[in-house]
Amino acid sequence: MTDMLRVENLSVSFSSRAGRIEAVKGMSFRMRAGTCVAIVGESGSGKSVCAQAIMGILPKTASVDAGKILFADPAKNGAVTNLAALDTRSEAFRQIRGGRISIIFQEPMTSLSPLHTIGNQISEALRLHKEMDKKAARAQCIELLELVRFPDPERGFDTYPFELSGGLRQRAMIAMALVCGPALLIADEPTTALDVTVQVQILGLIKELQARLGMAVLLITHDMGVVANMAEEVVVVYRGEVMEAGCVRDIFQNPGHPYLKALMKAVPLIDADPDERLVPLRAIETGEAHLLKARKNKTINDDGPILQIKSLTKSFAIRNRSFSLFKKDEDKVIAVDHISFDVKRGECLGLVGESGCGKTTVAKIIMGAINSDSGEIIYNQAGRQIHLEGLSDKELMPYRTKIQYIFQDPFGSLNPRMTVYDILSEPLSIHNMGDKKYCKEVVMELMQLVGLDPRYLNRYPHSFSGGQRQRIGIARTLTLRPELIICDEPVSALDVSIQAQVLNLLKDLQKALGLTYLFISHDLAVVNYIADRIAVMCRGHLVEIAPRELLFRQPQHPYTKALLASAPSPDLDHPLDFSSACHGVMTEPANWPEPYAARSGERPEFVDLGNGHFVRAHKNQPRMAHI
Amino acid sequence: MISYFVRRAGIMALTMLAISVLVFIIIQLPPGDYLTTYIEELRSQGETVDPNKIAYLRAQYGLDRPLTEQYFVWLWGMLHWDFGYSFEFDLPVSDVVGNRLWLSMVLNFTTVIFVYVISFPIGVYSATHQYSWSDHGITLLGFLGLATPNFLLALILLYLANIIFGTSIGGLMDPKFINQPWSWAKALSVLEHLWVPVVVIGTSGTAGMIRRLRANLLDELQKQYVITGRAKGLSELKLLLKYPLRLSLNPFIADIGSLLPQIVSGAVIVSAVMSLPTTGPMLLSALQSQDMYLAGSFLMFLALLTVVGMFVSDVLLAILDPRIRLEGGVRR
Repeated sequence: MTDMLRVENLSVSFSSRAGRIEAVKGMSFRMRAGTCVAIVGESGSGKSVCAQAIMGILPKTASVDAGKILFADPAKNGAVTNLAALDTRSEAFRQIRGGRISIIFQEPMTSLSPLHTIGNQISEALRLHKEMDKKAARAQCIELLELVRFPDPERGFDTYPFELSGGLRQRAMIAMALVCGPALLIADEPTTALDVTVQVQILGLIKELQARLGMAVLLITHDMGVVANMAEEVVVVYRGEVMEAGCVRDIFQNPGHPYLKALMKAVPLIDADPDERLVPLRAIETGEAHLLKARKNKTINDDGPILQIKSLTKSFAIRNRSFSLFKKDEDKVIAVDHISFDVKRGECLGLVGESGCGKTTVAKIIMGAINSDSGEIIYNQAGRQIHLEGLSDKELMPYRTKIQYIFQDPFGSLNPRMTVYDILSEPLSIHNMGDKKYCKEVVMELMQLVGLDPRYLNRYPHSFSGGQRQRIGIARTLTLRPELIICDEPVSALDVSIQAQVLNLLKDLQKALGLTYLFISHDLAVVNYIADRIAVMCRGHLVEIAPRELLFRQPQHPYTKALLASAPSPDLDHPLDFSSACHGVMTEPANWPEPYAARSGERPEFVDLGNGHFVRAHKNQPRMAHI
Repeated sequence: MISYFVRRAGIMALTMLAISVLVFIIIQLPPGDYLTTYIEELRSQGETVDPNKIAYLRAQYGLDRPLTEQYFVWLWGMLHWDFGYSFEFDLPVSDVVGNRLWLSMVLNFTTVIFVYVISFPIGVYSATHQYSWSDHGITLLGFLGLATPNFLLALILLYLANIIFGTSIGGLMDPKFINQPWSWAKALSVLEHLWVPVVVIGTSGTAGMIRRLRANLLDELQKQYVITGRAKGLSELKLLLKYPLRLSLNPFIADIGSLLPQIVSGAVIVSAVMSLPTTGPMLLSALQSQDMYLAGSFLMFLALLTVVGMFVSDVLLAILDPRIRLEGGVRR
């Protein structure tokens, strides 16, 4: 056997009350030693189950029904073992698991035990597979932590997972997987839960270690951008079956299978043509809006921005010692630091930034869910300027109908004990609007508007898929005929194919109902698809705001540049620059060069670069000339 | 860490003070005092009561003084290890309680050990073999154990012990050893009698513990880090002991706080049924006869054990769980 891993006709099924469910149906692929193969597919396509079958860590309810998993260990001169036939609890399998094949998971937050130190958990893997005393194990672990670029590996060895950031935990996870020098590393969505600037570091790390240690990587992902940058060969799976397999260039340039073609069209691109419409895999039929539209037209005649944010500031008190390795003790965290921007009527303003940059805090302050420390929020009510920040709960009530919120998590945001009808009509009853007949009409229309069958009104949220739930969430925000909708990462919990569907729906609704969006996202490609203007946030600062094309063509701020450079593009001709030094560094305001750097006693202002392009910098700066 | 302990100790002292006020008030709440109960008792037996003697006794015990003064005298005494005087037994409280306290500690401590030793392996087995026939069987037995009234079980076991082993009924030792100095024979007799109350008192606790351990462990077994451990190549037993079991222990450590007072007072009814010379029945009678210093000292002792138990469990949790030790409270 020349291949290191060969999966032949593998079938895995789960037993459930409804009988056996086939998760993997006759899957076959092969891997050569030292290569990177990507398995691509939507959630539920069986790609993770396949990885679990190779590792022998399938859940109890699952079983391998047929097929072979042939693993030829290079360390044993290619002696072939059929992992599918081996008892997963046997000593022989345990030697391979963790020793010769290891895995990293998607969730760095939960995949490490919170009660044991990083060093304990890493050295455990080492001592299981190699005869080694504690001291030698510690030394080798620290060496490996250094290899995965852990800052201060000596100290890192004795830290607990919860003291580390997500990126550092994933590094620890990688160190744990690599400590025994495996022949094959399975990376199951290794960067999906991470920020883009962290993702690019982790991907770069995996690629570098793959080359240095000569191991093969089986990359499981749904992100075509990651595939384009990492893999040599690609296996596309759909509903447990391999649709297409081949080398990465063929797959991207000549996708043959209709599913793959459709998948490619559904992915938003960073450098996409603004007028090009995404084609979702499963399109939805939407109805017309009569009731909601009729009254809408009256209000769209006033000028000026619908919402003005002026010098908004919010800080949170914390009591903990230190959360990441380097943060010093602080009593306060400034989540939002003097942020000002306008939202024009009828536009979609994208608010981009990484986790913890304060974008959701801004949205919640606008919503009135939390109060700001200082600053103004001015809402334009038919020409009247209303200061929302000073209003009491009761005075705020009429404006609550004007601003609505779409949440990220389609599962947590709908009450599981309410029917869809109750969910959609609740806003009306809260605001005492309309009688029963009106209520019913509106709800029926809403369902059609988001492409759901009105017959489903009596069902409960659990009988809908994630995408359908998100559409219910969108319908709920429309009930009160709002003017401004804050979309807080509305598609980041959804699959690529569903993502396109929901994005198109949001676009269509905006046009049909004359809505204004504040669209919060961490995904530049998504924002590029939907937003007219984009504001970039970093560590509580608004660093740059510009019309979409301008921001993508001429980013000015170092953080914006780093963010754009970190986003993987599903295009083989635009590979990520893994070696670039700017990744990660520019997320720290302290590392920004002049004129962007923070100076003591002087706050950078917004410098107008023309055409609505503003960047946060110091004005009185000789070098400003070339910006 | 140290400042945390100091602060906790300060709060404990304040809590004890508040409890002492409460205990005192509650004991005083029913109308009358020990002497009125005493007079009633004498009258019902047809004896006459000399009012002078009553007045003398009242002055002697300090019952004629204002309540606040009585309270401070009591509190001051306790701080000097003087728990007052039991009217009923005509002895200082410490003498009345002494021996019984030790016996009930032995009994209930054994019970706790029994509960843990039996329930841990069964609970772990039950969780790791979820929905198997053995798990269903254990669940059924557990519910039976929870549902059977203790006193009924006590009577049945006493009967069986007497028939099969010839153990004397009731008490914690053979009647001939009562009021005898400790000897090997006496200790053996205690051991021989001990198992019945231990089983009786421990049954429901064991059943409850099995259920809780099973539920906790099932939660933990689902978690991602368990799969990580398995993917490392750990054997199932090692994996179970090091990760999920360790994490499912927290609730049990937190339980220590309520366990300590149980060790002293626990199972009053069973003790009464089996006429065990433990403190439970004594507390009951002291409360009934308004023997205020005896009851008060008891309650204070229980409160102290609760507070100390909570403190111990908090300290243990802080030592065992780095999240509690290092994270502090993160506020949003």
